[in-house]
Amino acid sequence: MSRLSQVFADLQSGKRKALIPYVVAGDPSPEGTVSLLHSLVDAGADIVELGVPFSDPMSEGAVIQKGHERALANGMSLQRVLGMVAEFRKDNDRTPIVMMGYANPIERFGYETFAAASADVGVDGLITVDLPPEEVDAIDGALKAVGLDNIFLISPTTPEPRVQKIVERARGFIYYVAVRGVTGSGQLDTDEVARSVSLIREKTQLPIAVGFGIKDAASASAVAASADAVVVGSALIAEMEQKAHSAESLEEIQIHGAAVQLLQSIRAGVDSSPS
Amino acid sequence: MTIEVTPELFASVPDQNGRFGRFGGKFVAETLMSALADLEQLYARLEDDAVFQREFDEDLAHYVGRPSPLYEASRLSDAIGGARILLKREDLNHTGAHKVNNTIGQALLAKYMGKKRVIAETGAGQHGVASATVAARLGLECHVFMGEEDIRRQALNVYRMKLLGARVVSVTSGSRTLKDAMNEAMRDWVTNVDDTFYIIGTVAGPHPYPMLVRDFQSVIGREARAQSLAQCGKLPDALVACVGGGSNAIGLFHPFLKDEGVAMYGVEAGGKGLETGEHAAPLSVGSPGVLHGNRTYLMQDDDGQILETHSVSAGLDYPGVGPEHAWLKDIGRVQYVAANDDEALAAFHRLTRIEGIMPALETAHAMAHTEKLAASMSPEQHIVVNLSGRGDKDILTVAALDGIEV
Repeated sequence: MSRLSQVFADLQSGKRKALIPYVVAGDPSPEGTVSLLHSLVDAGADIVELGVPFSDPMSEGAVIQKGHERALANGMSLQRVLGMVAEFRKDNDRTPIVMMGYANPIERFGYETFAAASADVGVDGLITVDLPPEEVDAIDGALKAVGLDNIFLISPTTPEPRVQKIVERARGFIYYVAVRGVTGSGQLDTDEVARSVSLIREKTQLPIAVGFGIKDAASASAVAASADAVVVGSALIAEMEQKAHSAESLEEIQIHGAAVQLLQSIRAGVDSSPS
Repeated sequence: MTIEVTPELFASVPDQNGRFGRFGGKFVAETLMSALADLEQLYARLEDDAVFQREFDEDLAHYVGRPSPLYEASRLSDAIGGARILLKREDLNHTGAHKVNNTIGQALLAKYMGKKRVIAETGAGQHGVASATVAARLGLECHVFMGEEDIRRQALNVYRMKLLGARVVSVTSGSRTLKDAMNEAMRDWVTNVDDTFYIIGTVAGPHPYPMLVRDFQSVIGREARAQSLAQCGKLPDALVACVGGGSNAIGLFHPFLKDEGVAMYGVEAGGKGLETGEHAAPLSVGSPGVLHGNRTYLMQDDDGQILETHSVSAGLDYPGVGPEHAWLKDIGRVQYVAANDDEALAAFHRLTRIEGIMPALETAHAMAHTEKLAASMSPEQHIVVNLSGRGDKDILTVAALDGIEV
């Protein structure tokens, strides 16, 4: 059983919902990323989503864009992101890691080379924002061949027949984008989320994660009532950014602490969800 | 490449997935997929719809002022020696460039879709002005995304857009130029997809944009073909156009693609020289990748990060290029070359002084290559150059480069 299936199976038997933090690899610093991932797991993360920095992150709001810019300024590359996963796996062989990024760095790396290297270091799944089902064939074959899950997005604008097409191809879990917009934007409509999640659930057995627009314990709790997993990204990065600007010469662990604290409170929100 | 180049080949692209050979496609976030499908369906219906086409043609005739003349630049030809040079005067269009052909078409699509709000990205500001213009005429809300750096160097066009009632949004991410403006426009579109029509200014972006922008701009080549036959008694021996995203070039080239005897040259921005790395010439020295919804040639580093570009002309300052150009390069139908900043500047001055026509700096790149090409050809031959825009917007830039305070 894959790490992802194992985690969702365990959560289901314990009637808990998964919490998935997103951070950008190499932000705030490449040296600190692996320890940040461990801290997030200690704070209650069930799965970790690791952003692969790209110069043109078209689906990201301002907060995550800046994370990508900082990471690139820190000299990050896809090769180094893979190195971080290998490093993380030395101390954690249980928590799934899903990489999230854009097609070009992966295409440049080579789809098959990337899939083999990812499987080798212990990546579990991949979300490529700009590879909808129409464009995914090349990489999907490569990922399948090494047992990696390709995770698809479904959005509020996805028509029902298309939802069917997507779930038929999906592996690992479904990622439902809760708002029309970029990451960290928009007003979350939890009723709409619940309706869409139950629609998707009619068509697939796969777990359904919900992300975009979840920023605190209350919104996480509301979403966890219908979803199997809650993704939180911009809020964590904004928290670290604010901390970094709050005082001179902070230790990086203090900056991480801001994200850890927020994640703990979101964990409590998810666990207190009425479902 | 071992593709056999036949007349049918050119009519076969893009295929139903928006592919031009290995280029093109729809590399966008899921949220935009249904909007693209709606646009595709609408366009498939209207493409051959007599009422829509008549409305488009009438706007081009009475609002834009088409057909634009094909003017023989005899004094320039004489000065250079060699082939006759004819200029397709897109600079005489309403708003001063070819861009308006496309914004008229897309604004009509927005109207048919009942969208009340349009957005656009712009580099030199010509597409922003052309979008703001059609929005004013149709009473649509208009937001134009423009890099902070471009806002600085194209202040006149920024003010024109504001006068037309558009909101100009300053983009401060990345390199603060056209590429980042396009990112930001995509972000706005994904947020407001229900009520917003995105007027893309060039033959890039996800399918169906490269196709429909090409179709709207092809009026340039259709006219030039007929004018060339009427005025010169034969088809041109060569066509020349500048290529940023490539809309004016594809507009001129497309109706001639199956005419084997017509050579074609797309001129990219060589910036400070291809060897310096400071340029915007992905077809000349780039490699295939995925950006802004399509696969095409890009300027990128070994990690697949998009590189910052440099050109004296804001409108060519873009690290990608329309996917049809990428395909035309691969099959060898069009030759892509580059002209440097200083060559373009010299050509700007020459055309201004010899013919009394002040070209946009983008267009001046095409003129720079035309001069070289004409000199290598005979007086029996003729070249048609797309004089894609007028240079009024660039006079402050030119003055600064010449060390003159205006």
